[in-house]
Amino acid sequence: MKILVTIKRVSDPEAKLKIRPDGTGIQTEGVKFVVNPFDEIAVEEALRIKEKHTGEVVVVSIGDKVVTEQIRAALAMGVDRGIFVNYTGSYDSYDVAGILAKVVEQEQPDIIILGKQAVDDDMGQAGFMLAEMLGYPQAAFASKVEISDDKKTAKVTREIDGGLETKEVGLPCIITADLRLNTPRYASLPNIMKAKQKPVKEVTVDALGAVVKPHVTIKKLTEPPKRKGGVKVESVQDLVGKLKNEAKVL
Amino acid sequence: MDERITQDARHFIDSVSRFVKDECMPVEDSIEETGRLPEALVRTMRDMGLFGLRIPSEYGGAGMNLLDYCYVLKELSKSHDAIRAIMSVNNGIGSMAIVNEGTEEQKRHYLPLLASGEYIASFALTEPGAGSDASALTTMAERTEKGWVLNGMKHFITNAPIADIFTVIALTDKEKRAKGGISAFLVDKGSRGLRIGNVHSTMGGKGWLQAEVIFEDCLVPDAGLLGMPGSGFRIAMKTLNEGRLSAAASAIGIGERLLSMGVEYAKLRKQFGKPIAEFEAIQWMLADSATELYAADRMLADTASRFDHGEDIRTHSSMTKLFATEAAFRVADRVLQLHGGMGFMKETKIERLFRDIRAYRIFEGTSEIQRFMIARELLKD
Repeated sequence: MKILVTIKRVSDPEAKLKIRPDGTGIQTEGVKFVVNPFDEIAVEEALRIKEKHTGEVVVVSIGDKVVTEQIRAALAMGVDRGIFVNYTGSYDSYDVAGILAKVVEQEQPDIIILGKQAVDDDMGQAGFMLAEMLGYPQAAFASKVEISDDKKTAKVTREIDGGLETKEVGLPCIITADLRLNTPRYASLPNIMKAKQKPVKEVTVDALGAVVKPHVTIKKLTEPPKRKGGVKVESVQDLVGKLKNEAKVL
Repeated sequence: MDERITQDARHFIDSVSRFVKDECMPVEDSIEETGRLPEALVRTMRDMGLFGLRIPSEYGGAGMNLLDYCYVLKELSKSHDAIRAIMSVNNGIGSMAIVNEGTEEQKRHYLPLLASGEYIASFALTEPGAGSDASALTTMAERTEKGWVLNGMKHFITNAPIADIFTVIALTDKEKRAKGGISAFLVDKGSRGLRIGNVHSTMGGKGWLQAEVIFEDCLVPDAGLLGMPGSGFRIAMKTLNEGRLSAAASAIGIGERLLSMGVEYAKLRKQFGKPIAEFEAIQWMLADSATELYAADRMLADTASRFDHGEDIRTHSSMTKLFATEAAFRVADRVLQLHGGMGFMKETKIERLFRDIRAYRIFEGTSEIQRFMIARELLKD
């Protein structure tokens, strides 16, 4: 079975980010970039499915040349090959879904796994849009994935308020990975070395036949307001008074 | 990071760094308490290929050069010292003699097992009467019709209680000694006449198992001889060269962790209404520590890179080991000091790192023996 996983290059979630003075983006100098953590979970899940059911895992990433670093990182985890969609302009979630739909048309995977969202802009939309465009069934926020022995359906569990929800979807389908789906493996040195030999195909948006026309543009980024220091209250009455009169939540 | 470190190694160091933070640091207190490494942790280390970094790829390892290896080791040393100890012997003194001197048959048999971590290696040189003066060995290997018969005792032998294969350095000619009278042998665990004696109780390095190894008419077949008879002293000395650099790498790793703990605490801890980081006394401690670690790191990169280019690094590895381990110890002392009373509490982990780093000024040759060797080189002729 063939599994397609999408990965996005994002700034290290642990990096301290600064906004560029003109507010158009973040300062990237000295910032480390990594595979979006949810996408890493998606890669791990794909590898586990492959190990159980055999098949091929392919990753795709969109961006300029630097995203091939993240493709290599996925290859080093054990992914078989990569697709690099070379595109340097700006795009939104809808454009991403449109490009991915074209890749899916070409690759015809049985399962497409995405991270539930990217940790940079936290949009969390591409998976849903992709399912809509392709007319595929979707199972979002997966915390557990089981593929049937006949490889025709997937049983996908997600965490909901107060419990778990399990649904069954026919393949091909879209799955988006949540945090507790698995713990991604560490890239081993032999696999890092093998990754260099694995193929990465470069394609352009035009060659795919996709159209990029962002509906969403980022106007300005601002830092969250600085948190004011707290105060200690003397008594419960004091606290209730402040909640009523200052915070106005009672 | 040093620009000479390969891209693959950088990628792997990132992976190791995440492993240390996510898997090692959460269990380091329990390793210290129980003196044992969790099995799952060792399994992950094996999956990552950590046991075979230095072993050539044709024998199942990754064939890493010394520079790349030192920087992996530096990263891996930032959690608990036992984690470093269990893998570094397979990569270094436990496999190196086989790589350099072994017959094709010995290599095919042992190296893949060591590279995968299925086998744990041990290197038995030190004896109660022979430390840095390896020529004073008393463990004897006598040639008989059936093979070699070993008698004697080794101590302070790392990994001995869990080792599957020992590289043993023994005397084969009492007259010649260091001049062709010492040989190296491969002895399998469970060999008749091989016994593990006391497991040493140590000041630091908990979970890093060191024990006595006793040979009582232990028969080693001819196939267990490593290299030529009489080449054991040279094998031992060559092995120790690299060992010194890996000790330096680990010491710098521990030092860097301590420094970052010191920086964090200095910014957090307030006295007289301001963070102690604003006091010059604290600033100088941090500044000196960063400076010394930087110097040690540059010495490490330079010496390892010289080795990879085929240079004789005898003196450089002594200088690097001496400076890096002494510097890391000073860093540990300053960081403990700037933590005040908190530094003395087990919960801050500094006292453990302080005890662990203390060992680095001793093993792989004491600071004094390093100075002795550096001076000997300077003063020769």
